[in-house]
Amino acid sequence: MKILPGLWCMTVAGIGLALLAGCSGRSDAPTAASSAAPANPTSVASTAIATAPGQGLPATPVNGTATVFTPPPESAIPATPFGAMVRKGEAIFTHTRANAGTWVGNDLDCSNCHLDAGRRAHSAPLWGAYVRYPMYRAKNHEVNSFADRLQGCFRYSMNGKAPPADGETIKALTAYAYWLAKGAPTGATLKGAGYPKQGFTPPQPPNYARGQKVYEHNCALCHGADGQGQSVGGSLVFPPLWGSDSFNWGAGMGRLDNAAAFIKANMPFSRGGTLSDQDAWDAAYYLDAHERPQDPRFTGTVATTRKKYHDSKWSLYGTVVNGHLLGSAPTGKTGVR
Amino acid sequence: MRLPMRNTALTVALLILPATGVLAAGATAIARQGNGRGAAVACASCHGADGGGQAAAGVPRLAGLNTAYLLKQLNDFANGTRENATMQPIATALSKLERKAMAADYSAMPVPASFAKPAAAIPAADSLGARLALRGRWDKQVPGCVQCHGPHGVGVGAHFPPLAGQSAPYIAAQLNDWKKGTRRNDPLELMQHVSSALDKQDIKAVSTWFAAQSLNAEGATP
Repeated sequence: MKILPGLWCMTVAGIGLALLAGCSGRSDAPTAASSAAPANPTSVASTAIATAPGQGLPATPVNGTATVFTPPPESAIPATPFGAMVRKGEAIFTHTRANAGTWVGNDLDCSNCHLDAGRRAHSAPLWGAYVRYPMYRAKNHEVNSFADRLQGCFRYSMNGKAPPADGETIKALTAYAYWLAKGAPTGATLKGAGYPKQGFTPPQPPNYARGQKVYEHNCALCHGADGQGQSVGGSLVFPPLWGSDSFNWGAGMGRLDNAAAFIKANMPFSRGGTLSDQDAWDAAYYLDAHERPQDPRFTGTVATTRKKYHDSKWSLYGTVVNGHLLGSAPTGKTGVR
Repeated sequence: MRLPMRNTALTVALLILPATGVLAAGATAIARQGNGRGAAVACASCHGADGGGQAAAGVPRLAGLNTAYLLKQLNDFANGTRENATMQPIATALSKLERKAMAADYSAMPVPASFAKPAAAIPAADSLGARLALRGRWDKQVPGCVQCHGPHGVGVGAHFPPLAGQSAPYIAAQLNDWKKGTRRNDPLELMQHVSSALDKQDIKAVSTWFAAQSLNAEGATP
């Protein structure tokens, strides 16, 4: 079936950090964004809208003049009470379990998928997401605040529980995102926001066996042959990609289009843009064809949960891969450990 | 004893007793006096009796490093993907079994207690070295070094060796070798890519930062 990617984002509800900026949730984006021009593209260079796949490629300006938005340098965080809140948000973002562990149910940090502490273009940067809220989302037929979205990140990508909207965790993360977006126009789809999904489609349908080969050659080095990442002295260095310590079935990264675009632009770590499109899709398929904690919106059966939340060609939840019905044997516990 | 010499007993032992214990004994003998064949001189003459290396001369610590990593380096010296005038002839003169034994032996050595104390003051948190080590340079797609080499650069698994507990001259020499392409045995060309984004000043700063990190060492309180 065909639905605009923006609608997928809404139906999947996953939110999750991966989805935070990874999709707009608006019916006019991101597909339509590729053909829409900003109202005044020359006034602020950084508002240029992403126009083509593969733009996650390392800091390469596309179309000559278009550049991604550049957030202020960390050194510019002011030594004020506001600056302290920004720093607190940054600390939560980069060391989530250490600084907001109450709300986290897995081994991930926000910065595992939002590289360079949420600054990196095409890696769902916080500045790209911040300016798009509040946003109407068809999923719950409500206008969602940025806080609502952050809560979703904790619930799905962090496999945890939503921190209170008026609490310190959300306040600090919001302050950090707000500060990173300093000078960006609100309501804009900034170039480099989200993952470079526009027009990024698999040349051939993604495939498990090919994905396994791509994984073994390019990913296992860091994430381990078993996908469980690597730690040293109790500190996680490389994040687990599936299983009980990874994101749950409701997270945005569980969708092939998000995972493939993220991988293409950013993986292998430091070597983004080096995999072929097909390899990126196949690797995404391989990692998303593994079990993980149950979707917290589970309705009682995999089939009904798929119908309600995963009815998309980009979700493997509720489909049979290698003889296994994905979602039928979720790992670990959903929610805070 | 610093020169290669023929050791009949060792040779015989290596030939007829392939058990692990004997290989380790063989490795210890090679470390102390070489294997008696060609260029394979005593490892300890440069890397130290405790495997701690020689900081000022840029000879790396081997004690406590990952076995698979050490073995790969010996093999890569031998196959030429890690060029080094000293180590290439030595690695070539070691048999496959001997390389394996050396890697296992050095890996099993405890980190010398002296490594628990930083070799120098840690550069300030806002210094160039600290920024590169901890945060990287993402506009060139360079992650913070610790994002792969672990907190403080303690090393992660078989592919990301410790930077803490290595000297600044050694770390800088490796970065320069990656940059020049004389060392090209990195998986996925990770280090060749990273080093290409670093200039002389960057290399000096980041090497100094890691050389100042202390390690958990046996018998010492860090």
